Amino acid sequence: MIDVAIFSTPLNISPCIDWVMSPESGGIDVFIGTVRNVTKGKKVVQLEFEAYEMMALSEMKKIAGDILMRWPVHKILIHHRTGVLNTGDIPVVIAVSAAHRDAAFEACRYAIDTLKQTVPIWKKEVFEDGEVWVAAHP
Amino acid sequence: MTVNILAFGIAKEILGNRMNSMPFITGLSVEGLKGELEQRYPRLQELTSFMIAVNGEYAGAGIVIKPGDEIAIIPPVSGG
Repeated sequence: MIDVAIFSTPLNISPCIDWVMSPESGGIDVFIGTVRNVTKGKKVVQLEFEAYEMMALSEMKKIAGDILMRWPVHKILIHHRTGVLNTGDIPVVIAVSAAHRDAAFEACRYAIDTLKQTVPIWKKEVFEDGEVWVAAHP
Repeated sequence: MTVNILAFGIAKEILGNRMNSMPFITGLSVEGLKGELEQRYPRLQELTSFMIAVNGEYAGAGIVIKPGDEIAIIPPVSGG
C-alpha cells in the first residue's frame, strides 16, 4: 500500500508511523528530513519549498511503486511539505514497513535518494544577506 | 495560438511568472522549445541544467509539443 502526499501545513510524524504499521511487519524504517541551521558555514534564516504538485505526486507514486516491485515491503508513505520552513521544521517524512529490516532500510534509502533526484520540488535557502535556489547554478 | 508554460523555482524568477505563454510553433520539439526559451530568457543558460515536462512527465528531446499540452520548465530539483 502507498500513501504519498504534499502538505502546506506541518507534517505529523506519529500518524505516518501508525499508517505503515501492520501486524505482518517486523520493522518500520523512518526517514525524517529536518531544516538545518547552517549551509556551508552560513546561517540559514528559513527555507522555502515550492512544488509542481501534480507531477511531484506522480513522481512520488512512481518511487513508491518501484519500491513495491523491488523489495518485499508492506507499506510505504512519502509526505513532503511546501511553503516557508524554519530551523528544525520537517520538510519530508518517509516511512516503510516490512517483515525484515534489510528491505525496510534499503527501500527507505532508495526513496529519499530518488526523491532528491526526480521529484519536482525546489528549495530556496534564505540567509541573512541573501537567498539562493539550491542546485540551480553550477 | 499560444502554449502555456509553467515555471518553477529559479525558472519562475527568470521568466517572471509561474504561468507564461509563448506563440505555438507547429512541429516544435522539446529540444527546439528549450532553444526558444534560452533565446527569450538567456539566464536559463546559466543554470546547471533544466528539463521540460509535458503533461506532468519528463519529456525527451524529440517529443513534439501539441496544442493544449501543459508544458513545465523543471530546473534542478532540490526537494527533501
